[in-house]
Amino acid sequence: MALDKPYQRIPGTTIFDAEQARLGYHLNQFCMSLMKAENRQRFLADQRAYLDEWPMTEEQKQAVLARDLNRCIALGGNIYFLAKIGATDGRSFQYMAATMTGMSQDQYAKMMLGGGRARGSTLPNGEKA
Amino acid sequence: MAAISASVYTSHVPAIGAAIDLGKTQEPYWQPLFKGYEFSRRWMRAHTPDVIFLVYNDHATAFSLDLIPTFAIGCGSEYRPADEGWGPRPVPVVRGHPQLAAHIAHSVIQDDFDLTIVNRMDVDHGLTVPLSLLFGQPTQWPCPVIPFLVNVVQYPVPSGRRCYSLGKAIAKAIALYDEPLNVQIWGTGGMSHQLQGPRAGLINRAWDERFLDDLIRDPEALSRKSHLEYVEEAGSEGIELVMWLIARGAMSTARPKVAHRFYHVPASNTAVGHLILEEDR
Repeated sequence: MALDKPYQRIPGTTIFDAEQARLGYHLNQFCMSLMKAENRQRFLADQRAYLDEWPMTEEQKQAVLARDLNRCIALGGNIYFLAKIGATDGRSFQYMAATMTGMSQDQYAKMMLGGGRARGSTLPNGEKA
Repeated sequence: MAAISASVYTSHVPAIGAAIDLGKTQEPYWQPLFKGYEFSRRWMRAHTPDVIFLVYNDHATAFSLDLIPTFAIGCGSEYRPADEGWGPRPVPVVRGHPQLAAHIAHSVIQDDFDLTIVNRMDVDHGLTVPLSLLFGQPTQWPCPVIPFLVNVVQYPVPSGRRCYSLGKAIAKAIALYDEPLNVQIWGTGGMSHQLQGPRAGLINRAWDERFLDDLIRDPEALSRKSHLEYVEEAGSEGIELVMWLIARGAMSTARPKVAHRFYHVPASNTAVGHLILEEDR
């Protein structure tokens, strides 16, 4: 009998479970390496060469190079790990969050100041939050 | 005998730490948030405990995907602020309380909670932001801290029920410690927030306010909430709120005194909740 994973039905959300963690192990461990200043410098100096030191899939590497966080998450990335890429880029977390929602940072910041995204409001793909 | 005198609950948003470290607390964006902690800082000066038992989660800092303990207790003598990607926070080193921590680990493991023992680790914003919010910017933290870590990063995370029962086992352990220490237990993280995917930015004020009501008055019922409800109603990262149930479970009174209650949206991407509950003695 299969495990029950009801959280997979929540729109616009990918729960980082054991299966996602398995897919994203090397992607997330690459992110962990950015906690050291010398690694951050090395990564920024030649991103492709740095990524090639990790046994990540080509798709994962392309998603990192494009800073496509939704794609990174689909490929097993976890946001707390991925946040270290944004920190390395000198980006705020709010900037990173905005990129996942299809909004500009300014639009996203205004939404948060207005009380955040309401439960049941419509997501860009038409589903309800 | 040691005893728990109060429990403190607060969100631990990293941007709050940055606002404190960069001197932005009086900026219009941040001022309403820090105003909500002014009472708490006065209260903490009057009620500084001998030890804080601080429940939080590591955010891919001390624990990578190499090792994911569900519950871990810090038994070390000190913990350094971690470099989370933008350099360590300029805050004091955290002193531990190895004797009390080892005692609690012993007792709680014998009560069937299989804790992981941590003797060396760096601590991230999950632990240092609550200390900054309650103590400001001292050159030394005013008391030792026992870090207690809960996995809320990789599913499945422990249930609210499990966390609430664990709180009771921690309280029992503290009551069995011979030295007469005044202990506070802090539950941190939350409230509603989602940091990932197209649904990022979700906030649910009505649900959060009910959570605060229930935490005060009916934690038993609150502890039965399913993971699914947390994620649907409070966002994927709102699941951190199960950690508040550890602190609440450690209190002996059904009707604690509410010394302070505060709620504010937003701090960056997150709804901030804060409570101080005193044991009614």
